[in-house]
Amino acid sequence: MTAPLTAEEKPRRFAAPAWRERGEEALIPPFVALLVALICGDLLILSYGQSPLEVYRLLLEGTWGNAYGFGQVLYKATTLTFTGLAVSFGLRAGLFNIGGESQLAAGGFAAALAGLALPTGTPLVLALPLCIIAAGAAGGAVGAVPAYLKTRFGAHEVIVTIMLNFVVLAFLNWIIAAHLHVPETLHTPEIRAGALPRLSDMFTAFHGSAANLAMIVVLVVAAAVWFYLFRTSGGYALRAVGLQPDAAEYGGISVGRVWLKALTISGIIAGMGGINYVLGYKHYYEDGFASGAGFLGIAVALVGRNNPFGVVIAAFFFATLSQGGLAIHALVPKQMMDVLQGVVILAVAMSVPEVRRVLRGSRRRSDA
Amino acid sequence: MNAVDFLTQMVRIAIPYLFAASGGVVAERAGIVSLTLEGFMLSGAFGAALGTHYSGSPLVGLLSGILCGLIFSLLHALATIRYRSDQVVTGIAINLLAIGVTRFFLKLAFDSSSNSPRVAGFGGNRAAAGFDNPLLWLGLLVAPAVAFLIYRTPYGLRVRAAGDHPEAAESVGVSVKRVRYMAVAISGVLAGLGGVYLALDQHQFTDQMTAGRGFIAISAVIFGRWNPIRAALACLLFAAAETLQIQLQGSHAIPSQFIEMIPYVLTIIALAGVVGRSVPPAALGKAAD
Repeated sequence: MTAPLTAEEKPRRFAAPAWRERGEEALIPPFVALLVALICGDLLILSYGQSPLEVYRLLLEGTWGNAYGFGQVLYKATTLTFTGLAVSFGLRAGLFNIGGESQLAAGGFAAALAGLALPTGTPLVLALPLCIIAAGAAGGAVGAVPAYLKTRFGAHEVIVTIMLNFVVLAFLNWIIAAHLHVPETLHTPEIRAGALPRLSDMFTAFHGSAANLAMIVVLVVAAAVWFYLFRTSGGYALRAVGLQPDAAEYGGISVGRVWLKALTISGIIAGMGGINYVLGYKHYYEDGFASGAGFLGIAVALVGRNNPFGVVIAAFFFATLSQGGLAIHALVPKQMMDVLQGVVILAVAMSVPEVRRVLRGSRRRSDA
Repeated sequence: MNAVDFLTQMVRIAIPYLFAASGGVVAERAGIVSLTLEGFMLSGAFGAALGTHYSGSPLVGLLSGILCGLIFSLLHALATIRYRSDQVVTGIAINLLAIGVTRFFLKLAFDSSSNSPRVAGFGGNRAAAGFDNPLLWLGLLVAPAVAFLIYRTPYGLRVRAAGDHPEAAESVGVSVKRVRYMAVAISGVLAGLGGVYLALDQHQFTDQMTAGRGFIAISAVIFGRWNPIRAALACLLFAAAETLQIQLQGSHAIPSQFIEMIPYVLTIIALAGVVGRSVPPAALGKAAD
């Protein structure tokens, strides 16, 4: 997926602008996927004996059509942007971080611990950075393990991050179940400091929705990731390693060090995502809160084509699907959206190499 | 608790792992990443419950479970082989799709978001403790059968060639793509059978009932260094740990969560090469031309 963009192409006299080629390669797959998803969605809706148009109308109404639904979309998109950014950051270095699930959970747990440890009434300007640092540190620690095993022993990060998910989640489950839960529940006590204001505190229309200021944090993180990747020498080295590790090594970049940094930062970003639920929504850590957001981050990174702003848009899309499931539940089971999620990812994964092949093939023909 | 009880329980827990891991060995040895086992198993389990419910016969359930595993595996093969999609991403998509599709049809067929009605199964004689289930015996035989397939048949040679040296295989006239299609289909059927066993043993399908078993199976493949017999031994080892966890419940000697971690921690250690290096097939995850 991160093959070189132009390495195999001959120089051309009348070259189309590079941004246009890249844009076509990046944008066509998500649109193909959307089309496939719409067709599958129609079939599923018809199999349930409902009218697709009616269902799509409900979907739009329940997500973007009212403040509560829109707030829920924003809330869900915030976590997905964190995990999507995390995955895409790793992919830019050619590494696949599938550990978003446990990094997110570890981050949320650490944020809750920090919020519990701080004295009541700590001002937010102090508590928020401390909680974010705690969340990022925990996520980064989980991300550093596969990074170290990869650079030191060559262990494949895909398998290590998957396995580590189970280990970390079981460990957190043990801490909560055995040591740190409110009786009769599987969550920690409420945090004393660091709670983020909700959107509904400012605009009453959003009443009841979980959208909170964590979405500002995630936009800052997205901008920072973009700046690092495309405007600093470190980001240049990271992308070079992702495109051609051997060439990068030859060019004087320490590939191992870049990998170590990339997976650790990826873990930090995913870990920071924990603040959305813990500081912004429930004000405690609950066992299992990540519930798939880490895995969905892979889909978000894929559809967002590993571009920080693309990731934000893709997260918004998947959040809409997820919230839309609830909106259409009266007519069609919300499980339909689980199917469509899978369809979208599969369609994008299948069309990315195909679109690249077709586009390059036609370009080469027009050059001849 | 006596040794016989322990062993019978261990074997019953190990059967789904044995099916799925054996399938995983075939696909991975052919060069296709098997993160999909979880999805294949889940669809197999759902197919078994659906078929058994509507026909009343577990045999029909068995066939429809195999068919469901096969359909998902062919989708995976089409994406990764024909369309050369990223195998890891596709694997995750297949798993999510399997969860979604089984949930949707669970709702559609049984109007439930959690489980199917009770269905018939094989065996069921209390005294036999599950050993009158032909699927259990099939599960015990599948790893040796796969070992024979991989090491003693012409197709097995091609599978290993497709996974280690696809260009070399192509140069002597082997269609790597065809070998891989077949291998992924085999993994779908076998993992599907693991799901069938699970659903018929519990006499129902429940949402996400595979609960990570496909990932334990892939752990066993890696821990067993892509060798079917060693992978089967790893399955038995992981099942023994799980049995121990169940038997120790209530005693609080070791928190159950720590026993849950055993397969995963062992796999990470195996990958890091602390105890004998675990080296994957050379062309694993790479699309063939």
